[in-house]
Amino acid sequence: MIAPSNSHALQREILSSTKARARVSSIGARSFLLEAPGDFDLAAQRRIWALSQQVKGWSDIAEIIPGMTNILAILKETPEDPDVVVDRLLEAWDNARSIDLKGKTIEIPVHYGGQHATDLPALCDLSGLSDRDVVRIHHEATYRVFALGSAPGFGYLHGLDPRIYMPRKTVPSLRMEKGCVTIGGMQTGVAMLTGPNGWNSIGFAEMQMFDPTSASPAMMAPGDTVRFLPARIEL
Amino acid sequence: MIEIVETGPFNTVQDLGRPGYRDIGVSASGAMDPLAVKIGNILVGNAEGAAVLEIQTFPFRLIFKRRSAFVVSGTDGNPLLDGIELLPWYAYNAEVGQVLELKQPPKLARAYVAIGGGVDVPCIMGSRSTSLRGNFGGNAGRPLEKGDRITVGEEAGILPIPASGLGVVEPAVALRAFFPRSAEGSLLIRALPAGEHRLFAGDGEAFWGQTWRISSRSDRTGYRLSGDPVVPMETVEMRSHGVVPGVIQVPPGGEPIVQMSDANTAGGYPKIAGVIECDLWRLGQARIGTRLQFVRSSYAEARAIEQAVASYIEDVRRTSGLIKRALKAMA
Repeated sequence: MIAPSNSHALQREILSSTKARARVSSIGARSFLLEAPGDFDLAAQRRIWALSQQVKGWSDIAEIIPGMTNILAILKETPEDPDVVVDRLLEAWDNARSIDLKGKTIEIPVHYGGQHATDLPALCDLSGLSDRDVVRIHHEATYRVFALGSAPGFGYLHGLDPRIYMPRKTVPSLRMEKGCVTIGGMQTGVAMLTGPNGWNSIGFAEMQMFDPTSASPAMMAPGDTVRFLPARIEL
Repeated sequence: MIEIVETGPFNTVQDLGRPGYRDIGVSASGAMDPLAVKIGNILVGNAEGAAVLEIQTFPFRLIFKRRSAFVVSGTDGNPLLDGIELLPWYAYNAEVGQVLELKQPPKLARAYVAIGGGVDVPCIMGSRSTSLRGNFGGNAGRPLEKGDRITVGEEAGILPIPASGLGVVEPAVALRAFFPRSAEGSLLIRALPAGEHRLFAGDGEAFWGQTWRISSRSDRTGYRLSGDPVVPMETVEMRSHGVVPGVIQVPPGGEPIVQMSDANTAGGYPKIAGVIECDLWRLGQARIGTRLQFVRSSYAEARAIEQAVASYIEDVRRTSGLIKRALKAMA
């Protein structure tokens, strides 16, 4: 909560223990993060998409960053009373009706296994599955782009089978290659930059998905459907 | 046109940044000390957000290939023009062939070279800032290198700057009342508690109570802080969410990271606090090894500082406009 000493905030905390409400916190004086209550699922994300469209239109908003069942609203100026912003966000969330974004379908050929699949053995250990099963489970699923972030054009994909969930590493890989197909907790995605990365790599994709000189630089957009096609399986 | 004669690593072209694309994962980038950029640009007659050179590794030398007005701002070191010492925060004219040299500043981290007409590299996604992580923007998406020739935009009109220069009282002095230091000399950075502050319980208080040191593993992306680790009472697997510069995240090791200009756009580590926006430029000028303490701020205080900074900038803009008109009339 923004101001723990404030009576408003205290009331809200009491409420949240009886009925799950969204939580709003702040980063610095101008940015407010609303986190949806409940499960990490498409239903919650569809309400976040609706909320994003609404908040984007507010005159005091500089920028919004929709995340995974959450949204960061960056204000143009430091507000006089942060509680007013918190209340507006909560009210907008309560009134947000679920929308479905009509996205496109992106098919990404993947080289599963091989030299880039540095974390496949660890995932097999954790899940108790064979490498063949891990790969099959990963490419048989259909994913939705929930949000973009972290690196230019990087899409956070939802729809990973719980059998192959794998927590982010406590010590990130220092140099993971751009193109690595990775799992981070309940999410999957394709690394867009070469560099430190805490997600777990199980394969590699060649496809270029970001072009800064293009009118729409990112290939993926929230709401898109993504399929991974096993171009090669090397186990 | 200017040519880079000597440079260290990670000196880049920057402006006020590339906001508006964080929702597709593109960091805003931009100068670590945007206040220095604005003042430097105003003094040479540019728009506030014109592109400049951000110099953070020294020595640095460039040669002017055209007569240009320039300012070296942000720094506490004296620039040299053909070996002659000049003042920072002052506008001068350089003749064709003159060499500007910047040596390691005494205390601060970064110097900005603003040139009349602005550094004219391609504008990509609304900005001329270099995105080092994304390898685009600025000068070919990379740091400056020896031998680089960089185009400078057309000046609005050569200013009749007196040989003694035309300067301002630098922000750290003019705004001293708003940017205090602790009695022991450590940097005081104001922040507000962020989303997971409560998870840190007693360690939350230890975060505010101790003096942190900016570790050597710090860059434009973020500052890692060394000190007594602070650890949350429970581990939470956070869902990825947007972050902005100033967010103070605590990775499992317990040593906080403050995201800076090249901040990642998303994160998942617990957030203990967030630096108020108007203190970020001071952090941007803090060098590796600097000792700093976080001070709990308030919205009222953040607004008061923002207003003081805004009126300082306005004051510089108005005064320098008046002086330039007077100089033109005299010329």
